Amino acid sequence: MIAARGLSVELGGCRILDGIDFAAHGGCLTALAGPNGAGKSTLLKALCGILPGLMKPDPRRVAYLAQDPRAAWRLTVEEVAFLGRIPHGDRKRDPVERALAEAGVAKLASQRIDRLSGGEVRRAMLARVFATEPEVMLLDEPTADLDPRAAFAVMGLLRAVAASGRTVVVVLHAIELALRYADRLVVLDRGRIVADAAPLVALPAAAAAFGLRFGEDGLPHLLPE
Amino acid sequence: MRFLVLLLGLLFVASLMIGAAGVGLPAPVIFWQLRLPRGLLALLVGGGLGASGAALQGALRNPLADPGLLGISGTAALGAAIAFYWGLAAAFAPALPLAGLLGAGVGAIALLVFAGRAPTGPSLILAGIGLSAAAAALLAFALALAPNPYALAELTFWLLGGVADRTLLDCALAAPPILLGIALLISIGPGLDALSLGEETAASIGIPAEKTLRRVALGTALAAGAAAAVAGGVGFVGLAVPNLLRPWFGERPAALLLPSVVAGAVLLLAADMLVRIGVLVLPLNAEPPLGVLTALLGAPLLVVIARRMGR
Repeated sequence: MIAARGLSVELGGCRILDGIDFAAHGGCLTALAGPNGAGKSTLLKALCGILPGLMKPDPRRVAYLAQDPRAAWRLTVEEVAFLGRIPHGDRKRDPVERALAEAGVAKLASQRIDRLSGGEVRRAMLARVFATEPEVMLLDEPTADLDPRAAFAVMGLLRAVAASGRTVVVVLHAIELALRYADRLVVLDRGRIVADAAPLVALPAAAAAFGLRFGEDGLPHLLPE
Repeated sequence: MRFLVLLLGLLFVASLMIGAAGVGLPAPVIFWQLRLPRGLLALLVGGGLGASGAALQGALRNPLADPGLLGISGTAALGAAIAFYWGLAAAFAPALPLAGLLGAGVGAIALLVFAGRAPTGPSLILAGIGLSAAAAALLAFALALAPNPYALAELTFWLLGGVADRTLLDCALAAPPILLGIALLISIGPGLDALSLGEETAASIGIPAEKTLRRVALGTALAAGAAAAVAGGVGFVGLAVPNLLRPWFGERPAALLLPSVVAGAVLLLAADMLVRIGVLVLPLNAEPPLGVLTALLGAPLLVVIARRMGR
């Protein structure tokens, strides 16, 4: 599990998070949603301790995937996955190969990431997180560049990872993915948690935070004003 | 890698066998006082510059970074120039490398202070450029005030860089900081790898960028600073070596560190061999300075990289 109590974060004199009480538990896929600037990414960074002045959890236990994961060098997919072993200080093959297979990039292992599509790069970066074999995964929009099929595949995978007892916290912009896959939807608005419940229950609060209506023709979803 | 080590061995033996006194095992006095210090120093200086270049490029995530960029080579040269200027070098031979080492050390401290408490890539580069500019200005000042034309000529020639006419004492002075610097730079391999995914990811992996950058600055100051202190301005080795190796060893920064040490030594030994052979076969009345040769070899490489980037 991972938790924060009374968490407030100010960056450049601007209060981004305001007294957040948050906990995510093993076996649960938690989705974070909210308008741009609500503080979702900041909450994720605070949880993994990469903001100044916060406690840093053990990097073998907590792994983080940044919103815009890029590699400075033309690494191969396998080299990227091996970076996930740095916290353990080893270069074990087994967890890396499992991670490549789980992320669906085993066939691309020797490909250079500058020659892959955005979605394939995103999955290579996900393989790096899996290779760490962490207890807690904090993922900032892991489905951002993925087509619907790949997005479903990744979310299905994260569901399975969560079901195996690990803690998965995902920032999602696609609210329908949260509705379909998450066990719990936490809605942030202007640095505060405005809803924390089962996705269907939290949907009205999410709609309000976005300034949208929500409808129920078939599957519940957000509608334009 | 095996090929590089083999090449290094061959070149080192060749550097002991070939020189102005002819080809073959030379007289003991030539071996101990000329050939061996020269070969060893090329090995040390090339290895130190290669490691510094690979680590800096990895840390700054930029294939154009070079140890000269951080200004440590500049402050080392300034230290040596001051030793020349006050006549210390003439009075006491080891004063020259010692003053160079002192200059490199002062430069390293200044760099770490200038770059701030939590250095970032840009802050380190800016601090380095500032330091080089200050060192270059003071060096020009020292040149302008040179006590006599002879000192001016000697200083200028030293600044062009080279490993000829050094002694085993120079090797002994330079070896500890260079080897320590190389060891430090190689030990930060995981930090460099982590940084290749960005500063936030590196921090989440448990190796914050500022920790890696501080160690790179220190390791470079030791390795490249000591190299400049004994060999003067030998440029382009740190810039060229990692770029030459990437097609073969891949681009993962840690995977380039050790090969860059070996290849840097290979490159410098090879360049020094060219210098010696050049004076034997070309109508020159003196050896061309080593720094001139490495710059002449390095400049076309920059053009090739520029053309590849601009495509």
